[in-house]
Amino acid sequence: MWKSYEDLQVLKGVSFELAEKEVKVIFGPSGSGKSTLLRCINMLNPPDKGEIFLHGKNITASGVNLNEIRTRIGMVFQHFNLFAHLKAIDNVSIGLRRVKGFSKEEAREKALEALERVKMAEWADHYPAQLSGGQQQRVGIARALSMEPDIILFDEPTSALDPELIGEVLQVMLDIAKAGTTMVVVTHEMGFAKAVATEMIFLSEGAVIERGTPKHFFMKPESERVRKFLKQLEVLYGTHEQMIDLLEEEEK
Amino acid sequence: MPDLADILIYIVTKGLAQTLLMTVLGLLIGFVLGIILALMRVYAGKELNWLASGYEKIFRGIPILVLIYIFAFGVPELFWYVDPLQRPLASIIFALGLRSGAYQSQIFRGAILSVNPGQIEAARALGMSGLQTFRHVVLPQALRLAMPSWSNEYSVVIKDSSFAYAVGIVELTRAAYNFSYAFRGFWTVSIGVLAILYFLLTYPITKLFGEHQTKKLKKLGMGGG
Repeated sequence: MWKSYEDLQVLKGVSFELAEKEVKVIFGPSGSGKSTLLRCINMLNPPDKGEIFLHGKNITASGVNLNEIRTRIGMVFQHFNLFAHLKAIDNVSIGLRRVKGFSKEEAREKALEALERVKMAEWADHYPAQLSGGQQQRVGIARALSMEPDIILFDEPTSALDPELIGEVLQVMLDIAKAGTTMVVVTHEMGFAKAVATEMIFLSEGAVIERGTPKHFFMKPESERVRKFLKQLEVLYGTHEQMIDLLEEEEK
Repeated sequence: MPDLADILIYIVTKGLAQTLLMTVLGLLIGFVLGIILALMRVYAGKELNWLASGYEKIFRGIPILVLIYIFAFGVPELFWYVDPLQRPLASIIFALGLRSGAYQSQIFRGAILSVNPGQIEAARALGMSGLQTFRHVVLPQALRLAMPSWSNEYSVVIKDSSFAYAVGIVELTRAAYNFSYAFRGFWTVSIGVLAILYFLLTYPITKLFGEHQTKKLKKLGMGGG
């Protein structure tokens, strides 16, 4: 896939395949095109060049019903993007009702099931503003889950959250990954990647620099760029010894 | 000698119905027009956008009394289908409505634009069409967001309906005027009662839909924070 915004080339020929039940983790520095890549996949932001196939069907071709395609590609956003005027339950059921044409009762029942899966059923009647960030994000995940999509895209789902709220969201993501959900996750949560990623892709300046299993990345990453980036993440989330190492390196 | 109650009863019975009729119809015309113009400004192409913005500029730039004169005496043919006796009333409702449309367009445009774009993206990602997104996500929030400014517009229209006296319609202001004309020496009292009456008609509405609604919106975290 290729994508540019005016002069800025954001994606320079990124390509990958995703098998059923796979969990793909995409990471890399900010501005590397991760979010753009996700928005290309569900055609919110169609690529300039390149093709996307969903179950063998080219969704980038002209004349494709994109609304129908998008019901099969769920998305979870960095800033949750819950509908502010709707209670949690209605945030989840609105897609079922308005897009899938479920009756009010059916939609409510399915929405409650989805909220149950993210452990938010008891908050069903709360408005988004009455929920913590972690709770809002779990509702966001339930909203995507309830549509029973083929794939769910996660756009930095925990990076807008306070540290103590990240765990509850990651737990839910681990649960649904283990339940066999096909996922593409843009995240810097390396613990999550280690636990469930089938493949990790390191993106930098719109191109794939390196790809492999979590084991590959954490044991013997090839490129210097990746090593440095992983080290920086460790400094942020890891131990002080490593921070000292890095400082010493800089001094040399 | 008339007392305060007499004055109040006279003004209300002679004028309240007309004032409310002009206000409600004026606001209604303005609402339909305002929504259409706002949609043109936000979603339509360059030409329609230009047209809507031109309309706003013109109608916001002309005093209401001048508009009333234009519709009442300038283009009376506009109301050929209305009973000749009702034409002055029609012309002021028209003037209030057309001008309110220009202001309401700005209110609704601002409200539509302040719906968080992330939510629109989320709606599209769920598979909603553009129209469904507007109907179920943008419009319900825009209407709530518009309420405080809209209640202000109500108070503008109800007060400006007093200009109807200029084309001989008996509404609150004219009724008060007539009363003080009949009972010399009661000018100050009857106009005072009139002023208080207008205040009572506007304050509760602006309080309820203005301040109260603003607090409610804040609680829901709507309108970009």
